[in-house]
Amino acid sequence: MSETLKIVNSENVLSKIKEGKRLDNRDLLEYRNLEIKVGNIKSADGSSWVKLGNTEVVCGIKFTIGAPYPDSPDQGSMSLNLELTGISSPDFNTGPPQLDALEYGRVADRAIRHSEAIDFKELCIVPGEKVFTMFLDCYAINADGNLIDATEIAALVALENVKIPKLDENNMIIPYEYEKNLKLNTFPLSFTFEKIGDKIVLDATDVEEFSSSTRFSLGIYKNNILSCHKSKGGVFTEDEINKMIDIAKSKYNDLEKKIKSAIKEN
Amino acid sequence: MSERIDGRKKDELRPIKIKLGVVKSADGSCYLEWGKNTVIATVHGPRPIFPKHLADSEKAVIDYKYRMAPFSVSDRKSPVPAKRDKEISLVSGNALESVILIEKFPNTVIDIDTLILSANAGTRVAALTAASLACADAGLPMRGLVSAVAAGRANKDLILDLTKEEEDAPDAVDTAIAVLMPQKEIVLLQMDGNVETEDWKKIIKMGISGAEKVYELQKRALLEKYPIDGDINE
Repeated sequence: MSETLKIVNSENVLSKIKEGKRLDNRDLLEYRNLEIKVGNIKSADGSSWVKLGNTEVVCGIKFTIGAPYPDSPDQGSMSLNLELTGISSPDFNTGPPQLDALEYGRVADRAIRHSEAIDFKELCIVPGEKVFTMFLDCYAINADGNLIDATEIAALVALENVKIPKLDENNMIIPYEYEKNLKLNTFPLSFTFEKIGDKIVLDATDVEEFSSSTRFSLGIYKNNILSCHKSKGGVFTEDEINKMIDIAKSKYNDLEKKIKSAIKEN
Repeated sequence: MSERIDGRKKDELRPIKIKLGVVKSADGSCYLEWGKNTVIATVHGPRPIFPKHLADSEKAVIDYKYRMAPFSVSDRKSPVPAKRDKEISLVSGNALESVILIEKFPNTVIDIDTLILSANAGTRVAALTAASLACADAGLPMRGLVSAVAAGRANKDLILDLTKEEEDAPDAVDTAIAVLMPQKEIVLLQMDGNVETEDWKKIIKMGISGAEKVYELQKRALLEKYPIDGDINE
């Protein structure tokens, strides 16, 4: 959307939000339609293509072999990365967006890491010497707001269908031959809130993000908070933070159901 | 006639699927599946260029980016563009420079972004074929469409549209060719390998007739999104 259109639309967003309404007639805490494709990128060891409204993120996973960190010699590792290329938005070729990309990716990374969804010991090959590193490379295909949650869902769904590669006698990866599925022990989700006027909304579109003063992301698994991240300028009150924690907790089951039924429909 | 690994004839293309307008925020876009290759291309612009000193007062600048996703190949590739990515970006941009009427848009930039999601030989020609359709989808004035294809040699046979396995043959020759259609002017030509002159001429000929087949598929995809009444050949 061009800058001028954003300014004009932003006025509409702000005047509607005063009445507790949104441009696309959603409730303040309602997610957009979710579509998920699983495993359709054959060159990856696991993959997903997530459409949240008009926001689209692709995630592909690849394994590499490396040395473990000295403080965890019997554990593999993962690295989640989000690329905002010129593909996904008219804004990304001109400005310096890579700092945003780093922030968005880190929020998703921490939610998954701290939920203990992955037993990193499962990724150990030779303790102290060789472990798997899983690279979760995410690409925004269309950026229409809430890239954080879309990236988190894409990464999680790709993890759910990723397979651990087979190794030859020298402990090298045999391409496209697999040992087993990776076990996913938990189902961490992220909830990103935008504060527009004095209202708080979930799953904001691009123009809503443009109209918001500040942002807060929560990573959550059932009753437990796994990560949080406040971004942009602007402020929240303590009450607002508490409210967002309660909303995330109460919305967890809904979103989990929505993701799982989108996976089934794929 | 000896058959190829995947059962194709020597001058047969892999299956190609094209969809236009897949990325809503872009001015033009195209999704293309070509055998086991998948690529997305978008176009933004013409629009103001930054920094300003890059502007050309006589024509638009084309900024073509060819990128491969890390998961598009067997061993993970770093997302940081390598020399190969930059070279392909440059020659592909040059190819489109002679096709888009850039002189109509002085002091602007046209951003063309392509991303390979999965790769199996011939990604640069798949990307350029998609990019040219994305430009058409964006409504840019053009002299025609760019139809690109690879041709070459594997296991002594001269063949069209090599797969990865064929590209890895010991005697492999790989030629990427992009043709401005319907004029049949060559706008990109790259070659890798070692081949006798007469054979290479045959390869180029095969490439041009392959590009004509690609062009037919491009036209069909364009007409699917922008139908016109009556017969287009009239």
